[in-house]
Amino acid sequence: MSTVSRSDFETIAQWIPSGAKVLDLGCGDGSLLRYLQDTRGAKGYGVEIADEKILACIQNGVNVIQTDLESGLSGFETHSFDFVVLSQTLQAMKHTEVIVREMLRVGRQAIVTFPNFGFWQHRLQVFGGHMPVSSDLPYQWYDTPNIHLCTLKDFEAFCATHGVRILERIVMHRGAAVQALPNLLGSLAVYRLERLE
Amino acid sequence: MHSPDLTSVGIVAPQTARFDQPIVLRSGATLPGYELVYETYGALNADKSNAVLVCHALSGNHHVAGYYSEQDKRPGWWDNMIGPGKPIDTERFFVIGLNNLGGCHGSTGPSSIDPSTGKPYGAAFPVVTVDDWVETQARLADLLGIRQFAAIVGGSLGGMQVLQWSITYPERLRHALVIAAAPKLTAQNIAFNDVARQAILTDPDFHGGDFYAHGVTPKRGLRLARMLGHITYLSDDVMGSKFGRLLRSGAFQYSYDVEFEIESYLRYQGDKFAESFDANTYLLMTKALDYFDPTHHQEDSSLSLALKPASAKFLVIAFTTDWRFAPDRSREIVKALLDNERDVAYAEITSSHGHDAFLMLEPHYHDLVRAYMQRVAREGQP
Repeated sequence: MSTVSRSDFETIAQWIPSGAKVLDLGCGDGSLLRYLQDTRGAKGYGVEIADEKILACIQNGVNVIQTDLESGLSGFETHSFDFVVLSQTLQAMKHTEVIVREMLRVGRQAIVTFPNFGFWQHRLQVFGGHMPVSSDLPYQWYDTPNIHLCTLKDFEAFCATHGVRILERIVMHRGAAVQALPNLLGSLAVYRLERLE
Repeated sequence: MHSPDLTSVGIVAPQTARFDQPIVLRSGATLPGYELVYETYGALNADKSNAVLVCHALSGNHHVAGYYSEQDKRPGWWDNMIGPGKPIDTERFFVIGLNNLGGCHGSTGPSSIDPSTGKPYGAAFPVVTVDDWVETQARLADLLGIRQFAAIVGGSLGGMQVLQWSITYPERLRHALVIAAAPKLTAQNIAFNDVARQAILTDPDFHGGDFYAHGVTPKRGLRLARMLGHITYLSDDVMGSKFGRLLRSGAFQYSYDVEFEIESYLRYQGDKFAESFDANTYLLMTKALDYFDPTHHQEDSSLSLALKPASAKFLVIAFTTDWRFAPDRSREIVKALLDNERDVAYAEITSSHGHDAFLMLEPHYHDLVRAYMQRVAREGQP
C-alpha cells in the first residue's frame, strides 16, 4: 500500500472540517494523520499495533497509541472524537461488528474505507476460477490478511442491520470517483457513517 | 589510554550545588539548606533551550553516563541511552543527572552530617516526596539558568518525577518521557515496599535509623530488601531462561545452603547493594514511591483532572513483561492525557526483562527514544 498518495486520503480530508479531532485506527506510519494535520489543522491520534509503524509515526511527529484494535477502544471515552477513521483495515479485522460499534461510540461520525470485492476485475477472476489478486487486493489467498472482504451491497446491508446510518458514500477507481455502476466499476469504497439513535 | 569509545561521553566528574534557601517539604518539615550533586554531559546552547533532565529511580543517582577514570570499568547507569550519537544525543542536548535529595551518593540525605548536631541525620532526616524532588530539581535548574527543559526523562520512580514536573511546572518542560512508570502504586506494590522496609527496620543493626553512631550498617535487612525488590524487577520468563532450576553443584545437597543458581544470584545482588547503599535512603525512596499520587488532592481521584495543567508533549513507554509497573498502569496515564487532548505517543515494548527492561539496550526501545528525541531537537529549532 502506498502511503502519502493513497487515493482515499483526499476524499477523507474533504470531509474533515478544519480543527476537527480525529482518531485514525490502524494508522500505519501516520501519513493520513500527518496529511490531516497539515491540510486541515486536525488534532489527530492514531492507533497501531505494529512496532515498526509506531516508530514511523513517531518519526512522522504524529500522536500514536500502541493498541490491539481487536480488543476494542476501551481506552477512549464515548464521543471524544469528531471522526474515527478506519482506512483499508475493516476487511482485515476479526471482530468487524465490535469495531464498527466502537467507532460510532467514540466518534460522532466514522469514516470507513475498504477495497470493493465486487469490482468487475475481482468478479472476473472468481468467474475464471481464482481468488482475485489486484492492486487493491495485492495478496494471494494463502498470505492475505484480509479475512472479511465485502462488496458495497454487503456493507450497506450490514449498516442497515447494525443501526448505522450512511451519510455519504464515494466510490473510486484509480483515484477518480465512479458514478455509474459503482459496485461493479469501483475498486475502493469510502463511507461516512453515524449511529442511528 | 582510554579506548576511544565514540559513543561514550568519556570521563566525567560530579559537581555539587549548595542551596542555602530553606525548603519546606511536603511533610511539613523544613531543611535549612542542602546540597545536590549532579553531572552534566554535552553543552548548553546559547539560549539554554537544549537541556534534558534525567530523573533517577529507586537506587539510581547522578552518575548517568560516562566514566570516572581511564581505569573505570562501569559507566553511569544509563550510559547505553545517553552519549554522542546515542538515543539521547549529547551532541544535541545538554543532559543533567542529579542525585535526589535524601539520596546517599553525595546529595544531602540521612547519612549526611546535620550541621545543627555535627552528626549524621539518621532517623532525623525528614521523609521526602516526589513533589519535594521536583522542587529541588527546579532550584537546580534555576541555578544553571535553565528556564525550560527541552525534555525531562525518567523510568520507574523517575517517570513519576517527570509526571509531577508536568503538573507542577507545565511551562518548564516541552517534552515528557515517562518510561515504565505508573500514576500511583497499587496496594500490591506498596506491600512489596513495606516488606522491604520491615527487613531493614527489624534488623538489629538498624538502631532506629541511627546506626552510624554504632559503627554498623543494617546489611542483613538491606540485603533482604534488595533481594525482594530484585525479584519484582525481573520477569518469571527471564528468571526462568537465565537460571531455571540450575544447581550450583549439579545435585541436591539436602541442606539450607545456596543450591540453586537463582539463590546465588540474588544473594550476590543483595550483598553488593548492601555494601554500597544507605538503609535510610532506601526507606525514604520506597516511601516516596508509596506516597506518590498526583490525584491525592483531586475529587474522585481523577488522574485526568490531575493532569489537566500539563502542557508538555508526552512519550509514554511500557514493557510487556513488567509486572511491577505494568503496561496497564502506563495506559492510565495515556488515557488521562487523551482526556485532556494532550499530545502523546504510547509504545508497549515487547521484552522479556520485566521492569528492568527500561535500563536495557532493547533496539526497538532505543530506536523509539532516538526518533522521539530527534523530534524534540527539531521542535527546539523554531
